[in-house]
Amino acid sequence: MNENSLAIRKFSDLANPTRFLGLSALVLPWLAVLSAVLLAIGLYLSFTTEGDYQQGETVRIMYVHVPAAWLSMMCYTVMAISALGTLVWRHPLADVAARAAAPIGASFTLLALVTGSLWGKPMWGTWWVWDARLTSVFVLFLMYLGLIALNRAMDEPGKAAKASAVLILVGFVNIPIIKFSVEWWNTLHQPASVLRLDGPTIDPEFLWPLLVMAAAFTVLFFTLHIAAMRNEIWRRRVTSMRRQAARSAGREA
Amino acid sequence: MPIRLVVEGLSAQRGEDLIFHDISFVLSAGQAVVVTGPNGSGKSTLLRVLAGLLETLSGTVRLEGAPAEIGHPRELCHYLGHRNAMKRELTVTENLAFWKSFMGDSANGHGVGIEAAVEAVGLAGISHLPFGYLSAGQQRRMAMAKLLVAYRPIWLLDEPTAALDASADRLFAGLTTQHLAAGGIVVAATHQPLGVEAMELRMTGFASVGEELI
Amino acid sequence: MISLFLRDLKLSVRAGGGALIGVLFFLTVVAVVPFAVGPDLNLLSRIGPAILWIGALLASLLGLDRLFQAEREDGSLDLMLMQETPLVVTVLVKCLAHWTATGLPLVIASPVLGLFMNMSEIAIGATMLTLLVGTPAVTLIGAAGAAVAVTLPRGGLLVSILVLPLAIPVLIFGVSASYAAVEDPAPFLPPLMILLAITLFFAVIGPLAAALALRSASD
Repeated sequence: MNENSLAIRKFSDLANPTRFLGLSALVLPWLAVLSAVLLAIGLYLSFTTEGDYQQGETVRIMYVHVPAAWLSMMCYTVMAISALGTLVWRHPLADVAARAAAPIGASFTLLALVTGSLWGKPMWGTWWVWDARLTSVFVLFLMYLGLIALNRAMDEPGKAAKASAVLILVGFVNIPIIKFSVEWWNTLHQPASVLRLDGPTIDPEFLWPLLVMAAAFTVLFFTLHIAAMRNEIWRRRVTSMRRQAARSAGREA
Repeated sequence: MPIRLVVEGLSAQRGEDLIFHDISFVLSAGQAVVVTGPNGSGKSTLLRVLAGLLETLSGTVRLEGAPAEIGHPRELCHYLGHRNAMKRELTVTENLAFWKSFMGDSANGHGVGIEAAVEAVGLAGISHLPFGYLSAGQQRRMAMAKLLVAYRPIWLLDEPTAALDASADRLFAGLTTQHLAAGGIVVAATHQPLGVEAMELRMTGFASVGEELI
Repeated sequence: MISLFLRDLKLSVRAGGGALIGVLFFLTVVAVVPFAVGPDLNLLSRIGPAILWIGALLASLLGLDRLFQAEREDGSLDLMLMQETPLVVTVLVKCLAHWTATGLPLVIASPVLGLFMNMSEIAIGATMLTLLVGTPAVTLIGAAGAAVAVTLPRGGLLVSILVLPLAIPVLIFGVSASYAAVEDPAPFLPPLMILLAITLFFAVIGPLAAALALRSASD
């Protein structure tokens, strides 16, 4: 038995929700500790670095705003991969993953919108402008809420799974639009300054706290996501046990 | 004074069609009548007229000896129609608690508690589940528990035992007998024998061919 | 009666309930407007109150058709018709519950959308106040429409068509009060009082008409 098939077997082992619960119970505390440590370091760095000479103290909003915005897009990407998993591979956990990610993604998007709004008021003189970046992120937020509403509207998880998977994949079109909106259209929002082909244009003074915060947010996302997936699995088990209880009740009477 | 349900010369139509004509009967406390007849003979219409949900064409439905001032006889009636009047999204307890508090008790009687009612229909232990999780037969039995949580002297039952198995049939017959023994009145439309001592009102399916009380 | 209120609230927040959908619809409708009229902030702040009102009006029509239809489908309506409690009171309580579940969230969400529309703080406050006073009227008028259309299999659209023309006075005074708050010469209080009067008027007329329609719709 070679390496490769072992890896495949490990992956399909994960498909079993019980295995997933066992494994995630081991991993989850470590992830939680790691995200707490990273967040602590990141926040410490964010508040000890010097302020920008133009923006003053408000620049510190960036350390929350930018990672939250990245995560809002990454979360949707995770959901899109899960949706593929549901439709193509019929992976039993894919639907659980997509469903659990939606509220987390909505929270990160809301955080990005709110912090951006707080930053925009002193910088641009207004809470909100309808430029391409802001608008497309807002549309992303609406899509998250729509997906949550769709999941809530259907009480049969099996039926909801395919419908929301299709919707997620259709909505994935929005992600590249958000990413490149600042380059395609001339907007008020500044263009990307970290992830660039010709290297970051941002000063290292700001780059380090930002990168640590981004790492912290990413680990935080996976911590929350795995915890939410566990909840979702338990919730489905409770539901099926309740149905079982309803079927067996009164039969002996 | 025990109550009497007096029906005199009752006729009803649905749309333009005359459904039945000139039905009269009197039920005293403790009596039951089973309305029989082929499909479309007007059994359900009769019950809905008695429940005050349809206008009468002529004739009267009267309640004599009502314990308190009432506006219409329907206020002292339970109506169990084809549909269960329960919400799928709410738990059984929430459903029953709502009807118990919304309907209240008629004078001279008390509804039983929710747990007691659920136990009386033989489904103790699943009242915390959403109503939608239950099977059709269980839902019907829970709808019957509704008859017990709020007291009404008169029960109008439309095909009460349709989705029920034999044991639930017997259980329901027991509940009906208890209600009659306590001075209640039951009007039930059904194809199957109800399993209680009752008069029979045979609907012939066409108006004016003399509905008769056997 | 409190039990009816609580039950309807529970139903609207449980799975498949309409409480979240209404706010989401409101958000979406208002968010679409800048795409149509262009992102000019001055223009948006000028038409903001009107847009918020139209969005709230449309959003509060959502789900109105289910107000009595859901009760009718599972047979609950029959039982409600039979009770000693006057049907008018039952209808009024159902309207209050429906408004609390769908109208109140719109009022609470409106300041956020006001920021999107670049409205001033005073304009946002005034619009929120007028929405608070005016949206119950829409629900109460809607109840009459919903009761008329209760027996129709696809009453949803019809309810909107029946109700929207009747809701025009609410829209007129709601929007004019919101504008009066920001534009100096016009007084704010009179249109607000008229709006309040309309709401109180429909609090009587709406349930009465709905009760009448429900009684005659029973078959």
